[in-house]
Amino acid sequence: MSETGALYQKRIPIYTRSVKGKFRNFKTGVLILAFSIFFGLPWLPWHRSSAAAQALMFDLESRRFFIFDLVVYPQDIFWLALLLFIAAAFLFFVTGLVGRAWCGYFCFQTLWLDCFMFIEHFFQGERPARMRLAKQSWNAEKIMKVGGSHLVMLLVSFWTGFTFIAYFTYAPDFFINFFHGAAHPTAYFSVLTLTLTTYAAGGVAREQICTYICPYARFQSVMYEQDTLAPSYDLKRGEGAAGRVAPKAGIKTQEERQSKGHGDCIDCGFCVQVCPTGVDIRKGLQYQCISCGLCVDACNTIMDSLGWKRGLIRYDSERNVHSPAPAKPQLKWKNLKVIGYATALIVMSAALVYNIGTRSDAEVRISQVRQPLFIHLSDEKIRNRYEVHIVNKTEHDESYTIKVHGIPEDALNMGVEPNPMTIRAGKDRRVPVKVDLDEHLAEKTREFDFVIVAKSNPETPVVRSVHFNAEHQENDEHH
Amino acid sequence: MSQEQKSTVQTTGHVWDDDLREATNPLPNWWLWTFYITIIFAIVYWVLYPAWPIGKSFTKGMGNNISYTAKTVDGKEVQKSTHWNMRAKLMAEMNEAQAAQQKYVAKVAATPLADVPKDAELMQFVQSSGKTLFSDNCAACHQAGGQGKVGMAPNLVDDSWIYGGSYEKINETITNGRNGMMPAFHGVLTDEKITQVANYVLSLSGEPHNAEAAKAGDAIFHGEGGCLVCHGPDAKGNQDLGSANLTDKIWLWANVPAQSTPEGKLDEVRKVITAGVSRGKMPTWGGRLSAEQIKVLTVYVHDVLGGGK
Repeated sequence: MSETGALYQKRIPIYTRSVKGKFRNFKTGVLILAFSIFFGLPWLPWHRSSAAAQALMFDLESRRFFIFDLVVYPQDIFWLALLLFIAAAFLFFVTGLVGRAWCGYFCFQTLWLDCFMFIEHFFQGERPARMRLAKQSWNAEKIMKVGGSHLVMLLVSFWTGFTFIAYFTYAPDFFINFFHGAAHPTAYFSVLTLTLTTYAAGGVAREQICTYICPYARFQSVMYEQDTLAPSYDLKRGEGAAGRVAPKAGIKTQEERQSKGHGDCIDCGFCVQVCPTGVDIRKGLQYQCISCGLCVDACNTIMDSLGWKRGLIRYDSERNVHSPAPAKPQLKWKNLKVIGYATALIVMSAALVYNIGTRSDAEVRISQVRQPLFIHLSDEKIRNRYEVHIVNKTEHDESYTIKVHGIPEDALNMGVEPNPMTIRAGKDRRVPVKVDLDEHLAEKTREFDFVIVAKSNPETPVVRSVHFNAEHQENDEHH
Repeated sequence: MSQEQKSTVQTTGHVWDDDLREATNPLPNWWLWTFYITIIFAIVYWVLYPAWPIGKSFTKGMGNNISYTAKTVDGKEVQKSTHWNMRAKLMAEMNEAQAAQQKYVAKVAATPLADVPKDAELMQFVQSSGKTLFSDNCAACHQAGGQGKVGMAPNLVDDSWIYGGSYEKINETITNGRNGMMPAFHGVLTDEKITQVANYVLSLSGEPHNAEAAKAGDAIFHGEGGCLVCHGPDAKGNQDLGSANLTDKIWLWANVPAQSTPEGKLDEVRKVITAGVSRGKMPTWGGRLSAEQIKVLTVYVHDVLGGGK
């Protein structure tokens, strides 16, 4: 609680200073790559015969996800579960090694916030200019600069929302319909919602999303190990015995400072000014820190200009920074947690790849009609009925033949249904099928197989074992 | 906590029992704004939707009317437009669903009955809408799976048909209904003779019976009793009359399969001969269902339930 007695901490505005360095370059690289993929992918054409020609399309209406040459059906929903498992294990694995790398470089919040900060920098200038602008009263200049940057943020937010929805429909048609007022009301509502939430999260709430809303920041402490790499301030080197101090006459050079007990930190505050969440890394690792490494870039710039050794702030492990003689920082992966996550990651990825690779082209489900369980026919045969549901998952029309195995071939009674039958690409068909067995055979038969053969792939038919119901002898109390 | 520690909570200044203070903590802004938004939402809602009671009436809401087509009792279609309410919304949605179904209904109407099952798309329509029609209209007697019930309604999933199992015959049965009956032989034949005929009937389908009585029953069946008039000299029934085939193992009125003793089986058959059949009535659906609905039901019974011939 602050001294004024207010219940809630007022947000301290953050005006980040721009910085050059390898982590900044990496961040920019990831931003360009991620935005190119996100904004570009809906427009990538792809040849398809059963749906719109879009490389990546989540078609909710036909209940199919098109991912390049892979078509995902609702039956494959457990892939999503596997994918989420993999994503979680990968996140924990990376966190165990290099801390919150996800937060610092790849998270949507980070990417869009970074983009919005570029926009602000473009319109309002560097940190001092932005602070001056924030303090001054509203005039034409402030309206132009602040309004302009927020207008562009809103435009980016709008295009973000539009692009997101474009993944769920054929993008070129959606584009035309949207601006002609002919798109579905749901689309307008979704785009509006996403526009507002993107703007609110990236343009208004900003680092508060990371510090107050995102749960990941709060449980990072259990993910970190003593050997996890994170941006760290070398306390001993920076403070010395007498604490950090700005360079003045007499404490300018490294030798002069060391003789007076001062460390290498010249207290310039550059590391704090560049931080997108407003952290002072010199106070140690904090929950707000998203591990973006910009403070490392900042400090290295200063050290370079002073001609001192780099790495006063560096990616390092807690154990190493606090050891009497810090060694070169290195990845320490030989602990149970990291190896465990890696193992889980490999096993689940292999399971996913194997499952996708070996998926059959036809989804076949056979359900027995159980009302009634079986039927006495007038010629004293016993009839069982089944509903054979075939989904053609290929991108071409396919001809399927239904056969039976384990009972006489002529027991299969297709009625009016053609056999073989053609099912169009991506479509399905429910076929009522009857199986009539002589009484003595029915008594003996408990199970048999349906064999579904696709014309273009006769070598690997789909085989489904089903029950045959009848008055089996041991079940019949009258006998 | 030390006594001297100063509280930073805003208070009204009202202190009692030495150290109890009345706090005036402000509500968080996000909470207040959410509250204001709900008030605005409520006001918008009052304008758009039915909300306030006024005497015996109520505010109807504005600019939010629902239009739908309804059928009056005498079958006339009327356009209605009313203030927003759940019932009208349901009616409008039913209109929409009917319009969506219309494509298939029109195709059913244009397709000759026997050609409906040859069309894969129509067959899928028959499977889904036929199931609903059957459950709504037929399942009460014929049971949900169409297996019927001995003593009430015939089994539709086997291949034995009282009035014929072709598309035309099933369609005719549904459209016009049926009125199956068999005269009671009580008083016409003596109890002994009824028992003899019953033994003969059981012998036709290989059930346990008294061979001697069955032989006597054979004579009565083809002679004095006159059973052959309806059931035919071979006892195989006559679909034009709706008389049952007595030679197969399928029973509708006498529940022979359910009886485990020969006496029980005999008794079942005796009861039917004695009292006759007066319950074989199937209602007429021609006026209640459209021709297309009956067509869909016909194909559903013939090919999805699967007993059609």
